[in-house]
Amino acid sequence: MARAVSNRTKVANTAIAGALGFLMFFPILWILFLAFKTEEDAIRAPLEVLFGSGWTMESFATVQARSDYFKHFSNSVIISLGSTFLGLLVAIPAAWSMAFVPSKHTRNVLMWMLSTKMLPPVGVLVPIYLIFRDLELLDTRFGLTIVLMLINLPIIIWMLYTYFKEIPGEILEAARMDGATLRAEILYVLTPMAIPGMASTVLLNIILAWNEAFWTINLTASNAAPLTQFITSYSSPEGLFYAKLSAASVMAIAPILIMGWFSQKQLVRGLTFGAVK
Amino acid sequence: MPTKHTLLSTAVGFGIAALASTAVAEEITIATVNNADMIVMQKLAPQWEEATGNSINWVVLEENVLRQRTTQDIATGGGSFDIMFIGAYETPIWGANGWLTSLNDFGDDPDYDLEDIFQLVRNGLSADGNLYAVPLYSETSFTFYRTDLFEKAGIEPPTEQITYTEFAEMAAKLHDPDNGVFGTCQRGKAGWGENMAFVGTMANAFGARWFDMDWNPQLDSPEWNAAITYYVDLMNNSGPPGATANGHNENRALFKDGKCATWVDATSAANDVRNPATSNVADVTDFFQAPKQETDKGTGWFWSWALAIPASSQKADVAKDFLKWATSKEYFQMVGDTEGWVAVPSGTRASIHEDPRLLEAAPFAETIKTAIFSVDPADPTRDPVPYTGVQFVAIPEFQGIGNYVGQQVAAALAGQMTVEQALANSQQFAVREMTKAGYIK
Repeated sequence: MARAVSNRTKVANTAIAGALGFLMFFPILWILFLAFKTEEDAIRAPLEVLFGSGWTMESFATVQARSDYFKHFSNSVIISLGSTFLGLLVAIPAAWSMAFVPSKHTRNVLMWMLSTKMLPPVGVLVPIYLIFRDLELLDTRFGLTIVLMLINLPIIIWMLYTYFKEIPGEILEAARMDGATLRAEILYVLTPMAIPGMASTVLLNIILAWNEAFWTINLTASNAAPLTQFITSYSSPEGLFYAKLSAASVMAIAPILIMGWFSQKQLVRGLTFGAVK
Repeated sequence: MPTKHTLLSTAVGFGIAALASTAVAEEITIATVNNADMIVMQKLAPQWEEATGNSINWVVLEENVLRQRTTQDIATGGGSFDIMFIGAYETPIWGANGWLTSLNDFGDDPDYDLEDIFQLVRNGLSADGNLYAVPLYSETSFTFYRTDLFEKAGIEPPTEQITYTEFAEMAAKLHDPDNGVFGTCQRGKAGWGENMAFVGTMANAFGARWFDMDWNPQLDSPEWNAAITYYVDLMNNSGPPGATANGHNENRALFKDGKCATWVDATSAANDVRNPATSNVADVTDFFQAPKQETDKGTGWFWSWALAIPASSQKADVAKDFLKWATSKEYFQMVGDTEGWVAVPSGTRASIHEDPRLLEAAPFAETIKTAIFSVDPADPTRDPVPYTGVQFVAIPEFQGIGNYVGQQVAAALAGQMTVEQALANSQQFAVREMTKAGYIK
């Protein structure tokens, strides 16, 4: 039975949630404001920025004229979709085997995979850089796709493993008794049932790959550089650059923000999948 | 059949030319920062591309990211870049390590006229007598001041180098926070390239040095104590609030907005501050030398942004061709003609500094030249030192030590610790790092 909540508590909870939400969204909102200001106006006091100065699109025009946005954008799209697709190819069989055919080492394997996420990336930068140099993968979309797939793989496997565990093994057994092969079992029985979970895994992985800034900056120069490098090129050691940097940031985060906005229902559903019976 | 012969020869000639142009057309990658001079270069570079048939990939990065990214690439021989935009600190260290291509052969090209580049700047970009980078612009530090506020306060602008004691008295007179004007704005943000650029030169003026001749750190000396005590007092008495958040950019914005009466900082900011399109104080700003105290040695810093070719580049010949174009007399003249002479990068070529068009558009260019010539990175301090560099020490360990000392000085400025504590911590850290690196047995 649901616990009775008074109106006053409801209002207080809503106010606190709203305030926290605003606090978290404020940096993005401020970037949005600065992107539509001139450089001189962008460094004024906050109230002057909002009410004491005009609005302009000149920073967007400058950024567009000076950089090839669409090259960076297409690199971001290819790398995040590619790494997600490759990750799923590896993660679905791995999660299936751990969820439905566990061994006594499964738990340790899962923990080991998670532990690789605890390693500071900079600790393996030089070896990976040297490997990439020797394999001629530096500044290639393929190399970056592989790296992003590998760094996000533990998360994909963990998420899929959690979703697969929620699916009763008896359903798969029934499919097997009907003569389904392993491939058919995974493709036609397991996958459709885990669609909400897989959808949220895909979305989360795309977001993580899109926003990844360490490897994408360190392993690229110009050909494979995604939007993360596009942003950093507008920070300057001298002179005014806040408005142009904000415009570049808005252009870089807008696609993923819009995608997240439209898919938030799916994302929340997937992330809470299995939490409530 | 002369006609047939001629046609055949012409066809063969065109064929060879086409093949040759196909063979030499290369794509080079340049790693650079996003500053005004490099933006102009990117704008003009298509002229070089058209003339040579080569093309350029620009990789523009934030300064710290650029340093980390280029260091990693050059140290591992990654070969991602054919040209790097680097500073006077990295060039001699990387050159001595064999990571950069020597540019000594530029001296053999009479059209390039290497001798026209200031000797001081060439020395700063050389190691073991070899030139490893060519400069786009060079800077020192001098004092920006507001002529209107000096006049109002009845202060005569200095014509000779004044002392820091006199400077503090001036700043106190000019300090008027109720009307939104601070007596002085100086760098407070921690970092070897931020607060320590100013603090380092000020320490030189007070007779301090980073190391003695045996590489023993000297940060607990009375000279360092006097310098940092002066700095903290100056900023507390006549500086803006929250100065530890202010680096070069923030102070430049404050000065241009009319909030600062004085500012000791890079000569390269002069064009921007004196440009009416970008500054509110363009007509009421002038300059004088950075102050001295116990000595006049090392009172203005020396920095140069330059272009270098990593030894790992496979296209060194094309890269050299671009470097010659981008630092030639003709390039600087082209900047003057297209962007205005006030935008011409300063502190590099003697012939450009003597050009009447520059002297007319930027009368302060002469002051900048005089200030640059007053600097000697090989003799930066009152007492002898084993290192070169005015506001930095040209050894790889300096970056870590300079950043740490910068953090301690910023903590002292913020009142989180005393000057004595800050310097004791700095000394301890520097001794540990220098011992670890093998300088101290």
